[in-house]
Amino acid sequence: MNMIKNASSASKKAFLNYGIVIVFFIVFQTLVSTGNITSALKGQLIPIVCYMIMAVSLNLVVGISGELSLGHAGFMSVGAFTAVIVSSAMGDAANPAKLVVSMIVGAGVAAIAGFLIGIPVLRLNGDYLAIVTLAFGEIIKNILNCLYVGIDEKGVHFAFNNPDALGMNPLGKVVINGPMGAVGISKIATFPAAVILLMIILIVIQNLVNSRTGRAIMAIRDNRIAAESMGLSPMKYKMLAFTVSASMAGAAGAVYALNYSTLVPKKFDFNTSILVLVFVVLGGIGNMTGSLIAAGVLVVLPELLRKFSDYRMLVYAIVLILVMLVTNNEKLKGRIDTFFKKFRMNIAKGGRKK
Amino acid sequence: MSKSPEVKLVNVPSPNFVPEKDADKPLVLEAAHLGIDFGGLVAVDEFNIGIGATEICGLIGPNGAGKTTIFNLLTKVYEPTRGTIMLGGKDTHNMTPVQVNQMGIARTFQNIRLFDKLSVEENVKIGLHNHIGYHTLSGVFRLPSYWKEEKKSHERALELLDIFGMADLANVTADSLPYGAQRRLEIVRALATGPKLLLLDEPAAGMNPSETEELMNNIRKIRDEFQIAVLLIEHDMNLVMGICESIVVLNFGRIIAKGTPSQIQGNPQVIEAYLGTHRG
Ligand SMILES: Nc1ncnc2c1ncn2[C@@H]1O[C@H](COP(=O)(O)OP(=O)(O)OP(=O)(O)O)[C@@H](O)[C@H]1O
Ligand SMILES: [Mg+2]
Repeated sequence: MNMIKNASSASKKAFLNYGIVIVFFIVFQTLVSTGNITSALKGQLIPIVCYMIMAVSLNLVVGISGELSLGHAGFMSVGAFTAVIVSSAMGDAANPAKLVVSMIVGAGVAAIAGFLIGIPVLRLNGDYLAIVTLAFGEIIKNILNCLYVGIDEKGVHFAFNNPDALGMNPLGKVVINGPMGAVGISKIATFPAAVILLMIILIVIQNLVNSRTGRAIMAIRDNRIAAESMGLSPMKYKMLAFTVSASMAGAAGAVYALNYSTLVPKKFDFNTSILVLVFVVLGGIGNMTGSLIAAGVLVVLPELLRKFSDYRMLVYAIVLILVMLVTNNEKLKGRIDTFFKKFRMNIAKGGRKK
Repeated sequence: MSKSPEVKLVNVPSPNFVPEKDADKPLVLEAAHLGIDFGGLVAVDEFNIGIGATEICGLIGPNGAGKTTIFNLLTKVYEPTRGTIMLGGKDTHNMTPVQVNQMGIARTFQNIRLFDKLSVEENVKIGLHNHIGYHTLSGVFRLPSYWKEEKKSHERALELLDIFGMADLANVTADSLPYGAQRRLEIVRALATGPKLLLLDEPAAGMNPSETEELMNNIRKIRDEFQIAVLLIEHDMNLVMGICESIVVLNFGRIIAKGTPSQIQGNPQVIEAYLGTHRG
């Protein structure tokens, strides 16, 4: 019976996802070490993993907690630019140490941003998060466009709007240069490190979902009034999911940034947020396996879709709208379900007659 | 139908009365001059009730009388326009549904509100939420407290489901249960929160007579085993007259009669309210 949901099915799914990541890693690591990979694809490996993290972490908000966030790339950029500053400020510390510390600080700063946004918004009952996160993404982008950060032997200098206000000595190095973004990043991110981060994040998300806390988050999503009557505070659990998700996007941003020598704030704009949302929606809302696969496939696909470059976002938008209509419209969903049931029955009948 | 023996109702200090057995125990719930308006509509007015520690009380009245609205007031889904609600002696003014649940009030819903996509067991575990003693991080890192508490709550959930003989349905998703079983699951889930007062909104709706009979026995069993009070809304008069020790009758948002089942059955105003031509 398809209605039976085994208690162990959740952990089976979780292990399927770890398996997917491990196989993905082994395959591509082998391709890289045997030199059987195009340099374009090799360059995409770390971004692919980062987008997988973005997708599963956004799925925690959209799928598990049932809130719409349109500014996930904003948290990614907070993590990215924080990581650039941190890794530069660490001077000639060992690369793995720099990478780990950058990721942690990037995640932390993004978590704080998420927490601050969540406090006023998530206590309200309604779709306000979508609007506010959309605004947040744009505001962060504009702030970073005006941000100048330099490092000299006295420490880290910040300036806003005016690079001359940095007040560095001539030997200092500009790390973030307004609209030009982060410059001269040391490319310390590695594919194995990114995969380890993805693995940790998957474990955290899946363990969270299959715990008392995850049940509470899903209960609030499914029926807020009933959940409240059971003594679950919607604000508390929505905040938790949103903040954890923001911190994960921050960590992804950190790894992403440390894979490039330069990075502009515009990279993390509304389109990027929507792109990640597309991964989540296409992969299936609440379905982590789907998010992983959708992110993997769709980050590589644009390389192939490049021919239609101008229509790319249009195609994405249309697909997104169609999928949303189908997944959110109960009547439509019902009709499609009955259609497929009939379809299957017809096939079954046909099969038996012959 | 197995009828409970009629109990004697005694006055307590207030305009209320409770069964004699509860007379020396504090009231679980006391509401005074309770009322709420929706725009111009006075949905509930001058609602007074006192519920004894182990009382089974019925709230009846024609459709649209304001019964569900009273549940929504007691559980703070709505903040009352007028009056006070005391839970275990504490005023619940400005409290949230979450707070009053933690103070010992749990409910079911007339229009079933289960967590549809979660399993039966998960639904009960959500009721147990505030009694499961591990923190988010212990869950994320799968610390020993996670395994211990999850095992304990699994066993407790099955125990509670067993009241209604539903333990073997633990792994089925809630929305695939038949209607009657969904209603029973809602009761189990509410019970899991550890209430002192259980509010049941039309628990027998959609059940056949034998299911209803079994439900009556189970409501009594729950009261006896857990030593809690039950306030129930029900249109099935066999059930109401069969298990309620006291009954409050509501019409147009106001109480029109209060008393034991036999007092209510013989009350001309009640008969008028139910059979009156002015209301369907
Ligand atoms: N949120 C609301 N806003 C406006 N009017 C409301 C609201 N909730 C209830 N009412 C009105 O209050 C009155 C009482 O409704 P309520 O649901 O409490 O009745 P009821 O006694 O539970 O009826 P039934 O037996 O049909 O369940 C009705 O006229 C209803 O339309
Ligand atoms: Mg009602």
